[in-house]
Amino acid sequence: MTEKLPPEVAEAHWTKTRNLMWVTLAVWAVFSFFIHFFVSALNNVVILGFPLGFYMAAQGSLIVFVVLIFWFAARQNAIDEEFGVAED
Amino acid sequence: MGFSMKGDFTDNLGKIYGIYVGGFAFFVALMAIFATIGVPDHIILWCYMAATIGIYAFIGIMSRTAQVSEYYVAGRSVPAVYNGMATGADWMSGASFVGMAGTLFVLGYDGLAFVLGWTGGYVLVAVLLAPYLRKFGAYTVPDFLGTRYGGNMARLVGIVVLFCCSFTYITAQVYASGIIASQFLGIDFRYAVFAGLAGILVCSMLGGMKAVTWTQVAQYIVLIVAYLLPAIWMSTVQFGIPIPQLTYGGALAQISQYEQLLEVTRTHVAPFQTYSPRDYFFLIFCLMVGTASLPHILMRFFTTPTVREARKSVGWSLFFIFLLYFTAPAYAAFSKFNLMGLFVAAGADASYQLAFTAIPEWMTQWGSIAGHQLVTICGVKAETVAAIQAACEAKGFTTGFPYTELKLNNDMIVLSTPSIAGMPIWVVGLVGAGGFAAALSTADGLLLAIANALSHDVYYKMIDPKADSKRRLMVAKILLVVVALAAAFLARTKPSDILSMVAWAFSIAAAGLFAPLVMGVWWKRTTNMGAVLGMAAGFLTTMYYLIGNVYGFDFVKGTGDEIKWFGVASISAGVFGVPVAFIVTYVVSLVTPEPSEEMQDFVDRLRLPKGGTMMVQTH
Repeated sequence: MTEKLPPEVAEAHWTKTRNLMWVTLAVWAVFSFFIHFFVSALNNVVILGFPLGFYMAAQGSLIVFVVLIFWFAARQNAIDEEFGVAED
Repeated sequence: MGFSMKGDFTDNLGKIYGIYVGGFAFFVALMAIFATIGVPDHIILWCYMAATIGIYAFIGIMSRTAQVSEYYVAGRSVPAVYNGMATGADWMSGASFVGMAGTLFVLGYDGLAFVLGWTGGYVLVAVLLAPYLRKFGAYTVPDFLGTRYGGNMARLVGIVVLFCCSFTYITAQVYASGIIASQFLGIDFRYAVFAGLAGILVCSMLGGMKAVTWTQVAQYIVLIVAYLLPAIWMSTVQFGIPIPQLTYGGALAQISQYEQLLEVTRTHVAPFQTYSPRDYFFLIFCLMVGTASLPHILMRFFTTPTVREARKSVGWSLFFIFLLYFTAPAYAAFSKFNLMGLFVAAGADASYQLAFTAIPEWMTQWGSIAGHQLVTICGVKAETVAAIQAACEAKGFTTGFPYTELKLNNDMIVLSTPSIAGMPIWVVGLVGAGGFAAALSTADGLLLAIANALSHDVYYKMIDPKADSKRRLMVAKILLVVVALAAAFLARTKPSDILSMVAWAFSIAAAGLFAPLVMGVWWKRTTNMGAVLGMAAGFLTTMYYLIGNVYGFDFVKGTGDEIKWFGVASISAGVFGVPVAFIVTYVVSLVTPEPSEEMQDFVDRLRLPKGGTMMVQTH
């Protein structure tokens, strides 16, 4: 084990990590549940034959999830590097 | 031989899988040539089966290992992208491959609960669990529980939950591989199960996680090609653009028009016709949380070289899964469009009824498969034209039958679409090989999850902690074969109840494992007693509801003593168990003394990527 981190640094790192977690989960909740509450209204918008409400459940949310995870991974790396706790 | 040496192999992954893809393309082209020069169909189907099982066996044997860490976590040397592909194959079961598009075909919008639920869960995996479990460095999920929550009690409860959610699941995979093998090889199901079993064991027995990882990558490539090709084919034929995910909007628009002509009341895109909005969102919730708790998925993220790679690897996993799941709705739309077109073509004069003389051959061909009711017309199994005509005439249809009298089983859509759409036999064979790969790869992941928990957690950690690595590996391999055989013998009896229980796995895993895993990382104050009671409470609540809802307490279906809380369907039983697990864990943790200084330090270190894995595994 490497030398122990000063508690305040560990604390600050964890606060940022936790905030990132909440932001990511908020986006996740919006695209998992919230926008699908409005599916009937969204279905009135039709793009290239796709009713928007249907499209969001079939494709839109999925694309958001994939991008969200890569974005999260990059953000978390940046946080780890900022506090010098990333792997060598 | 350099191939079996780890360093060489992982250094040359790009080259090796490049050659593999080229070889596979060559093989498919060869089959296409065979088909055009008139080689009999069944020979081509046999070739597909033999060639794919052969290559999996080759990789499995080449990846054999005598090292414990290679056996359990592939030596933690799997790069993010490859782990993503392996997770994709691990995740997408025979049912996803065979049944997903069919479910969407039948349910329309409501079926998208599965598409959403089976993808969104990966966000939870990436954010809440994967990096921390990787940092911890366990071999199995119960291993983490046992260490974080001080001992064998937590470990044991974890194993019970793991076994309950994984064993029914693997039985269903062996069953699915047996069904596909029997259809394609034309042999009896009872023997075909063992063909499936052999396919599973060659991948996993000699090399454990290492062998399974590299065969899963190969299986992913087969299954995704097999899934995309027919969809691209249909898109090109109908719209001239080979991107089905983009063009099926056109098919959706056509379907809406056809639905009016054919007087279909349950439209494809309108929401909440099968599920109520509440059922729909409960189902999404349970599938997502379940995804983030299934041990065979979580353990895939133990195999990456670093914590950083573990996070990225979840992104790749979802990307590779996404490729199939965002194609499934397109697949369903094209199939529905084709099928409805058949009735619309009959014309308004015939009031859009398909004449008995015009019944396509595939309907009776698939309809007459013994033991399954795949095609139903006018309420009867579509075995012969005469039988269909008799049933329809009894319903007052004298010349033909309308679209609304035709019912297709979910499971036949993907497997039958190539032949319905008139694609040649080499595509049919490819789709069969894809379904087989999907079933095998998931079965392998589940098999390892169960057998490793038994060998590492029960045998090594609880029974004989002094066992040397040779003995541990031997026990692991024997248990693997025993579990596989048990699943095969159970599958052989075609246990319909077990198969319908697969949907339960998500709720069981979610209720039993999600709270202790997440709180173990994110709340230092979680105590041993809190976690053990929380797990038990969540698990038991869900099991109580599942059994009570489906069977009632005399364990016989339909005797009137079934329970129903707030009208929740059994498949969403996790909506009770998950909050119960969190609340019990929280409350009990607060009233029990806080965890020791060492344990709090342990959690602190878990949260920092730096410093290598925490559990130093003995070899």
